[in-house]
Amino acid sequence: MPLHRKDLLGLQEVEPDEIRLILDTALSMKEVLARPIRKVPTLRGKSIVTLFYEPSTRTRTSFELAAKIMSADISSISPGGSSIVKGESVKDTVATLQAMGADMFVVRHQASGAPHFIASQVPAAVINAGDGMHEHPSQGLLDMLTILERKGRLDGLKVAIVGDITHSRVARSDMWGLTKMGATVRFVGPSTLLPAEVEKLPVEVYTDLEEGIADCDVINVLRIQLERQERGLFPSIREYSSLFGISRERLRAAKPDVVVMHPGPMNRGIEITAEVADSENAVVTTQVTNGVAVRMALCYLFLGGAANVAAA
Amino acid sequence: MWLLLKGGRIVDPASGLDETGDLLIVDGKIAGAGKDTDGAGETLDVSGMVVVPGLIDMHVHLREPGFEHKETIATGSRAAAAGGFTAIAPMPNTKPAIDNRAMVEFILSTAVKDSDIRILPVGAMTKGMDGKEMAEIGEMVAAGATAVSDDAFPIANSDLMRRIMEYCRMFDLPILTHCEDKVLAADGVMNEGVVSTLLGLRGMPCAAEEIMVARNITLAAMARSRLHVQHVSCAGSVEVVRQAKRRGINVTCETCPQYFSLTDEAVYGYNTNAKMNPPLRTAADVEAIKQGLAEGVIDAIATDHAPHAPEDKEVEYNAAAFGTVGLETALPLVITNLVDTGVLSLSDAIAKMTINPASILKVEGGSLKEGAWADVTVIDPLADFTVKASELKSKSKNTAFDGMALKGAVVATIYNGSIVHGGETLRESKARATAGVK
Repeated sequence: MPLHRKDLLGLQEVEPDEIRLILDTALSMKEVLARPIRKVPTLRGKSIVTLFYEPSTRTRTSFELAAKIMSADISSISPGGSSIVKGESVKDTVATLQAMGADMFVVRHQASGAPHFIASQVPAAVINAGDGMHEHPSQGLLDMLTILERKGRLDGLKVAIVGDITHSRVARSDMWGLTKMGATVRFVGPSTLLPAEVEKLPVEVYTDLEEGIADCDVINVLRIQLERQERGLFPSIREYSSLFGISRERLRAAKPDVVVMHPGPMNRGIEITAEVADSENAVVTTQVTNGVAVRMALCYLFLGGAANVAAA
Repeated sequence: MWLLLKGGRIVDPASGLDETGDLLIVDGKIAGAGKDTDGAGETLDVSGMVVVPGLIDMHVHLREPGFEHKETIATGSRAAAAGGFTAIAPMPNTKPAIDNRAMVEFILSTAVKDSDIRILPVGAMTKGMDGKEMAEIGEMVAAGATAVSDDAFPIANSDLMRRIMEYCRMFDLPILTHCEDKVLAADGVMNEGVVSTLLGLRGMPCAAEEIMVARNITLAAMARSRLHVQHVSCAGSVEVVRQAKRRGINVTCETCPQYFSLTDEAVYGYNTNAKMNPPLRTAADVEAIKQGLAEGVIDAIATDHAPHAPEDKEVEYNAAAFGTVGLETALPLVITNLVDTGVLSLSDAIAKMTINPASILKVEGGSLKEGAWADVTVIDPLADFTVKASELKSKSKNTAFDGMALKGAVVATIYNGSIVHGGETLRESKARATAGVK
């Protein structure tokens, strides 16, 4: 079964069988990552461009490593060192890169929907590596892979996503991916950081942390940004931490073997205590490793790898 | 010179007329029955067509001066004529803004030279439209400004708004207001709701519109001035205006076809042509707008025709300009979504595009009474067509209605007794009839 699309722009429109295919492929990629020489020739001669309009360390490095392990040629473009600072439009930038023969664009942009716009402009595959407050599908997939590894299933699990839901593209991708795979998703956060008409989304909504994580199998802790306090969305980091910070005591409300995730980078002592971050419940570094595996799978599947799978 | 429109359904809301008959135009004026048709003239068979007063759009953007790559007075007037409009009121947010006598004179003199139809200039309320200092409104009125507006740059300072309203009372001048609390709407790019949540786009809540509608009504009541609320898009705003009218406050309002034809779901896929301000709202708002139109709470239908160049729209959604063109789709949208669905009678719908805007702006036109200016629009109410952006006459093709199947088409637009758009099909059918060809 191949994928049904040219691009991966979000998990909202992706079918459950596609998610299964990506996760299965990622699991087999983990095997490659465990080898002493981590290099396969699968994507030799394919050209991948990472186009990051917004700073990122882990996502960009993760995609670059994934592409390199698969032997693709990778070029990295960011606003600081390109004609983007000279005022070139996104349309012209991608047309230029497409003309150079890019097979895939990995796009991060501060504007929601920018990858959709790029996808409409180029025949190459476009992978959304995070757009504004919209989606971050590869993060959603690596979160699912991490949960699947730990729990053996996604169906029937209770997953709480805690923090700044409004501005979180991770929360949206997790919501779509996990609910499609049969999990129950809860959004937990201060009412000022829950998005408009959140009650119309396929999630349960809580503004009390302990109620929100009660009996949960997984908690995904989101990063809180100081900028939100400046916009008047909560009074202080201190108060946020006291109401929504994940500590050892708070964690008792969840299941004893609860898995604690964080998309990083963590603010230790603010949304999560160091004790929890370093505990056995936390899987933050596993998420990072799984991120490389998921992105290898995405490069493979979106660069025509599905045909190889079918032939094999 | 005479022109006889023969056998059409004549709908003239101003005189309550809706009957089949002939309309005679002599020397640029509507002539009474039995007038002389000797000498040079022409008869057009308009049987099966609807003959209405030339449409009046009290809210357009023509972009001249300053943004002539988007639209000019010439191209905008041709798009308007193609849409059945014989008079349009361009907003003052040009570059420079229409904020003094010389600028009003520029618009009027360019119109004489370039426009196929009547241009009703609207002046800015404040100098440079910066919301700080009152513009020379009296001078602009003397030069021929029809109204003043703060469109696109709502005036946040309530004291300044009060003084402008009081000042305009001297001239009994219509005050057209774009109602938006810019602080509350923040950097929103679409309606705030579940769709903005799913798309991860910043929302502009309806409250931002409703608050300013309420404030402006309160101030106008105190200042005893006229007030016209532009492009009403929210259910709450309709309710605020309804209450004000019940209290006898001198307020009128308009909506635009987009606000009774589309919802915020049109933004899905990050469709920049569906990005506008006020933004497309929800299905419940659309229903309330229709209800407001049916009850007469909403007096007029304008287009807020907002042309933008491809480079303003072929960008990331956040970076795209606000607005949709609308002159050439307004009447078919009214027929398809209001008349055919029974929200408004044809006569009531036409009133909101003719005599009502004429009364609000206190201009001549909008009527087919004997002696009136011969501004007339001929409509084929049954014509089916699909909107094609590329076929629009407007210099800009940014329509939110591309691909929409609509009913009702403008067959001919007559301005001052001359056909300024169409007429060919009428003449062709007449030629065919004469030649005995089916």
